[in-house]
Amino acid sequence: MMQEETKKATYTIPVGPIHPALKEPIRLALTVDGEEIVDADVFVGQVHRGIEWLGMNRNNPVQSIYLAERICGICNISHPFSLVMAVEQAAGITPPPRAEYIRAIIAEMERIHSHLLWAGVAAHEIGFDTVFYLVWRVREEIMDLVEYVTGNRVTKAMFQIGGLRRDITEEQFPRIRQSLDYYKSVFDQLKRVFLDDKTIQMRTRNVGILKKEDALKLLICGPSGRASGVPKDVRQDQPYAAYADLDIKAMTPDMVTGTVVGDVYDRIIVRLLEVKQAIEIIEQCLEKMPPGPILAQPKIAVLLKALTQAEGEGIGRAEAPRGEVIHYVRLEAGQSTLATWKVRAPTYVNLMAVPTILKGMQIADVPIIFASLDPCMSCTNRMIITDRALRKKSIMSYEEMHRLSLQKTEKLRR
Amino acid sequence: MNVIVIIATFICVVGLSTIFSLLYRGVDRKLVAHMQGRVGPPVVQPFRDVRKLLMKENIIPDGAISWLFTAAPFICLITSALLLFYIPLFGQEALLGGYGDAILVIYLLILPSLALVLAGFASSSPYATVGAQREMVIMMSYELPLAITVVSLAWRIGRVADNPFMFSTIAESPIWSLVGPLGTIGSLILLFALLVVTTGEAGKVPFDIAEAETEIAGGLLVEYSGRNLCLFYLADIIKTFALASLVVALFIPYNLSPLVGIGAPVLAGIVDGLFFLVKAFAVMLISISVIRTAVARFKISQASWVYIIAMTLISLFGLILLSVDLMVS
Repeated sequence: MMQEETKKATYTIPVGPIHPALKEPIRLALTVDGEEIVDADVFVGQVHRGIEWLGMNRNNPVQSIYLAERICGICNISHPFSLVMAVEQAAGITPPPRAEYIRAIIAEMERIHSHLLWAGVAAHEIGFDTVFYLVWRVREEIMDLVEYVTGNRVTKAMFQIGGLRRDITEEQFPRIRQSLDYYKSVFDQLKRVFLDDKTIQMRTRNVGILKKEDALKLLICGPSGRASGVPKDVRQDQPYAAYADLDIKAMTPDMVTGTVVGDVYDRIIVRLLEVKQAIEIIEQCLEKMPPGPILAQPKIAVLLKALTQAEGEGIGRAEAPRGEVIHYVRLEAGQSTLATWKVRAPTYVNLMAVPTILKGMQIADVPIIFASLDPCMSCTNRMIITDRALRKKSIMSYEEMHRLSLQKTEKLRR
Repeated sequence: MNVIVIIATFICVVGLSTIFSLLYRGVDRKLVAHMQGRVGPPVVQPFRDVRKLLMKENIIPDGAISWLFTAAPFICLITSALLLFYIPLFGQEALLGGYGDAILVIYLLILPSLALVLAGFASSSPYATVGAQREMVIMMSYELPLAITVVSLAWRIGRVADNPFMFSTIAESPIWSLVGPLGTIGSLILLFALLVVTTGEAGKVPFDIAEAETEIAGGLLVEYSGRNLCLFYLADIIKTFALASLVVALFIPYNLSPLVGIGAPVLAGIVDGLFFLVKAFAVMLISISVIRTAVARFKISQASWVYIIAMTLISLFGLILLSVDLMVS
């Protein structure tokens, strides 16, 4: 395999593309000296699916929603959420208030399930399988609830441009509240397991530290950024959907410990706090939810016509469990499909932190540090250049990308 | 005639021990599964695993040192099985008890680990190399508390009997019958240290650092498959059984038959054998199953610290208590 000798008698350990520590393919090249990591580099591009191109070549933007849902298996609310918001902005459609509340509810359900899933994976990465089984058993409850509310466990197919496809009725409230009560009752136990366990502390305290300055410099978003003490949260800073009506504050680890270290332990704290926050948000939404329709335009043919005639661009920003998801959309009059669709998933920026937080750590820390960013590879992969004639694959360099961007700008100016 | 009987006895002991150690591994997996809220595999799963592995293809990677890569599993299994001849099993004297003592067993315990290290370095995979380095470090770490525990025990027994390192001497004058209250506490501390060492020797969580599947993809054994992997699997299981028997032989060398007054040799043998299985099971339950369920995997530096600093100090404290007890009485 890859074993190079360098002057410092270090050697390279490849982690990935296929490795038990990685749930999705990515390659980390670690330069190690004994057990210590001297340098790390990240190579993405293993799961490129050309999903943006596909989305621009569907029959209409409504079909692209279902494609957006399949960008990521876990954030399959956040992606259609942002896309729908972007299209609504571009076409000037305002969803009814009830739809805004239901959107917030299912987005928070997704946050609970995603954070619990992450907690289980993190426990598995440090060899604590008992906690892994415990957390995933607890997670089943929210999966059942998601299935009860949306009809599906994974790809929920709830979103429609200008509203939602399914309503949450009064009769469903008791079942939802029952699940929330269950989570409130087990929350303290989960907190005790993760924050008080000696071995978890040994493996996560002062491991993979990302300082606040570095987090700001690298533009780290989501729970990973908040764990470094950057109180950034789209729901708080630029509220969308029903979040403006609710009281939302970005969670930082100093709420529990009083200080911000920015290590893996802090990332656990932030995610646990967000689970609790999500429960409270759902409760508030259930209370405040106004009656009314759930679609701005129930007739699909009218909606499609409006979208074909619409001209403009829109940006949808949503706080996914992993951080900020941005979808950019441009609609052109007379064109039934999306003219441009650009997705920026949170992992794309969070991966920039990997070399910083791995340096100086041990090989044993790699899985938990890498997992602590909650990376999602398939969301991230955008472009790979394949030359079929030469059978060569390459990834664009920064200089090349810069040159092409300048060219494009020049072309647009003319 | 005599030679045939001896060989038959040896085969019988190895066979019985293998069957019971496989069964214990099955019970261990089932217990851990229940503790984690899972159903778990059936108790006979290890037998099926062995059968499956024997049928699988045996792959030797291109870059590997072929002869060493193939020899290491045999060395590992043979040295693990060798342990069974020197440690008293099933309530009987050790087969070669007259030719080797606890010191020899401590040395023999190193051999399977060394075979694993050889296997790791021979595989020419960076994961296996890291695993081999970790195995060496962990091996050197637990030697010290292990040696202190065994030597302290023998030193105390040596005050009243000759040849204190012989298992037969330890069985004749068990530590608990020699010491007062302080010494009992000291012996309990030594027992605790030995149980923790057992976890590391068996290479189970939190000390499964050399394999650590989420970190280095199985480490030492990453390139092994088929028959060779099966030999390592068996060696690991047999070594775990031998380790539990070692703890039993050192600290609970009691037999049930004199207590309940069974005189008939065959019946007494059966009763003692069953009692031994219960004792070995108790040791395994504590040092393998429960610890494995209750904690996360350590890093190599933390594991080393646990053994070289914490466990060494604890076992030294046990030794001090034993000697104070001797001075008081």
